[in-house]
Amino acid sequence: MTQLTHHTLPNGLTVLLREVHSAPVISWWLAYRVGSRNEPTGLTGISHWVEHMMFKGTERFPAGALDREIDRAGGQWNAFTSMDATKYFETLPADKIDIAMQAEADRMSNAIFDADETESERTVIISERQGAENQPTFWLAEEVRGAAFRVHGYHHEIIGDETDLRTMTRDDLYRHYRRHYCAANAAAIAVGAFDSEEMLAKIESLFGSIEAEAAPDLFTRAEPEQQGERRVIVERPGKTAFLELCHRAPPADHDDWMKLQIMNAILSGSGGASDNKTSRLYQALVKTEVAASVGAWLTPTVDPYLYSIMVTLRDDRRPEEAEPLLLAEIERLKTEGVSEAELNKARKQTRAAFAYSTESVTEQAYWLAQSFILGDVTWFDNYAERLMQVTADDVREVAERYLLPRNRVLGILHPTDSEQEPAPA
Amino acid sequence: MTKLIESIPNASNIARAELDSGITLLVYENPAVQSVNLMGSLHAGSIYEMPGQSGLASLAASALKTGTVSRDFDAIHGALEDVGADLGFRGHVHKLGLSGKALAEDLGLLLQVASEALREPLFPAEHVDRLRGERLTWLQYSNYDSRYRAAKAMREALYPDTHPYHFGTYGSDDSISKLRADDLKAFHAAHFGPRGMILVIVGAVDAGEAIRLAADAFGDWRNAAQPPVEQAPEPETLSTDRRPQVFLPGKTQSDICMGVVGPARKAEDYLAATLANSVLGEFGMMGRIGKSVREEKGLAYYAFSRLGGGHGPDPWTVSAGVNPENVELAISSIMDEIERLTTEAVTDEDLADNQSYFTGRMPLRLESNEGIASHIHSMESFGLGLDYLARYKDLIYGITKEDMLCAAQKYLRPDNMVIAVAGPEAGDPAGDSG
Repeated sequence: MTQLTHHTLPNGLTVLLREVHSAPVISWWLAYRVGSRNEPTGLTGISHWVEHMMFKGTERFPAGALDREIDRAGGQWNAFTSMDATKYFETLPADKIDIAMQAEADRMSNAIFDADETESERTVIISERQGAENQPTFWLAEEVRGAAFRVHGYHHEIIGDETDLRTMTRDDLYRHYRRHYCAANAAAIAVGAFDSEEMLAKIESLFGSIEAEAAPDLFTRAEPEQQGERRVIVERPGKTAFLELCHRAPPADHDDWMKLQIMNAILSGSGGASDNKTSRLYQALVKTEVAASVGAWLTPTVDPYLYSIMVTLRDDRRPEEAEPLLLAEIERLKTEGVSEAELNKARKQTRAAFAYSTESVTEQAYWLAQSFILGDVTWFDNYAERLMQVTADDVREVAERYLLPRNRVLGILHPTDSEQEPAPA
Repeated sequence: MTKLIESIPNASNIARAELDSGITLLVYENPAVQSVNLMGSLHAGSIYEMPGQSGLASLAASALKTGTVSRDFDAIHGALEDVGADLGFRGHVHKLGLSGKALAEDLGLLLQVASEALREPLFPAEHVDRLRGERLTWLQYSNYDSRYRAAKAMREALYPDTHPYHFGTYGSDDSISKLRADDLKAFHAAHFGPRGMILVIVGAVDAGEAIRLAADAFGDWRNAAQPPVEQAPEPETLSTDRRPQVFLPGKTQSDICMGVVGPARKAEDYLAATLANSVLGEFGMMGRIGKSVREEKGLAYYAFSRLGGGHGPDPWTVSAGVNPENVELAISSIMDEIERLTTEAVTDEDLADNQSYFTGRMPLRLESNEGIASHIHSMESFGLGLDYLARYKDLIYGITKEDMLCAAQKYLRPDNMVIAVAGPEAGDPAGDSG
């Protein structure tokens, strides 16, 4: 990858620039250090709702104006709220990027939060939650997180609890916006076909005049140590059973995180291009016809989170049949470790996945934004190199350290009405 | 800075070759990346299935990598996964699709495994049985998915059961349960062959070397039994039930899927219809429907329209997810926008906006190997010519407001529309949260 340039404006705005001239395109991102982990009870889902309100206009760019402007330019734009961050992006032909930069500078301070628009968006967001609720696995994920985090903000879904979505006010939303959307709590990122000096000058002219404010104290509550295995059962109409097995994992800036990532590649695959049918979990669960599919995820987070394995049971099998197979694979990791061949495969998969994920400027910019959120702007640039340094002993050690019963949360989704067929179309 | 006109794939920078087997090969060099993308198709979709065998083509596609004459299941997946490569096959209505990617240094391996899977699959019974079970699990999960059920109900009412588009490519519980390894073997023997096959390679490769590798892998493939290419006819009759409803227990949202029969990709008015569709439910955060249903009335998180535009008369659909008590209001709001589109020409601003949108988005669509390969494959598959992207701007700016109105009037006829709804039944406690 080409060189990253890193600046900080006097008002505290972090600026990350990377020139990529393979296509006449620029991806432009604003990342704010606020997500669902920073939401107290009563205001769950507020970061995501604020993200929606950012598309409801400023005086300069009224609601809908930028939708049309960016589509007219052939661009794409969107935003994501995660547990740790809220990110906005526009990817446009290089000669059209100015409008996006002006828009992001404007809405950092000047979003309106019209009361009528807030009420209209309330029903849209509740609809978004209800759409997710139509998937039985949403209920399982919500219950598992709730069981895993009693205190920390990772305990609720990013969309928020419906009771809060019904009671939050326009003023709650506006306060959250004013508190967290400031230069010192944000990064501006550009990747694509530009000259870095010119780009920096543009950013200084657009963002330099934004008032300097101290970065906000973010609401966080540390999760106390887990005192033993936790289990949750969810029952929903349907015919398909699921099992989710989670273990507590360190934050992304911890040395063990990369070791766990290699462990995950060996257990379930790299998460890149491969469909992972030689992975240990596929061989143990799917090839034996207990599961229809199995996947696992280690999410890079600011605070300690979870390493999660999700099993979709075959029609005629039960979660209780999958559990001992999963636990046996975990014990095997601890007792037998991993082979050099498995390690080499994980390394090559990592190199390939890294190549695929850096093909587009949008993906490169996303990872720079995520690196900023994780507190190390070089986190993704060094990702592949750090993974290559992980040894077989490292993998065994982290398996022994983290995959413990007392660090475990196990969730089961039981389908309840296998006798009741949906009405025919 | 790269000039767009230089980077558009066209007849002068796409290497096109016909292998001895009859396969059309297209290669585009993209030295800006480290990887290579493989995309292809052959005439082995669900349109070739016999009655009662719905899902056969798709299941055969899924089973291609379960064992071949040269490698067993573990050897196939080991070869690919050891180098972080990916190779997949998917059964569509008309064609079987092939897609893969690898680091550029592994293109030869990717082509070789693809060739073995397509030419000499064994369809081992134990793997076919396992895949059938996985497919049944997927179907049973989907049967409780309101969005899936709304789209399925719309499709089944729009196309009679004598039409190939009536059936989902994944089949049904009933049809999949009956399929065995011998069915897959027979389907493969009768339909898999090089005639009409397209293969596209895009990435950090030398075109001459890529052609040589593809010729090594596929050049001597023959199948004299390959039948003529099937076409999907225009559906002649609509179901009498234009408002199918599917009641699902425990849901909190209803999904709406409205559909009419739309134009095929090669229809003369296809581009006019796509521009009209963009005005209706795409441009500027889901078009007029998004503005009315989502932004103004706050009824839905998603509400958009989509034009299929494949090898036959695919549906032109509008989809929305709403609270059960808002279903009728959402449908009437959507119908208002359809009536407006079919009775009034769009404004000059609408036309200019959408022409700019269609032509302006091309650089982003051509940014990745996969995007480039997809466009090259479409140009070849639909017979658009390899200069199509170079002509694209003129084609879009040649469309008039009257062309869009005619296309909308021709296809978006309320008397031809099916409106399917899937969600909770009235009185279901789970549906009362709104």
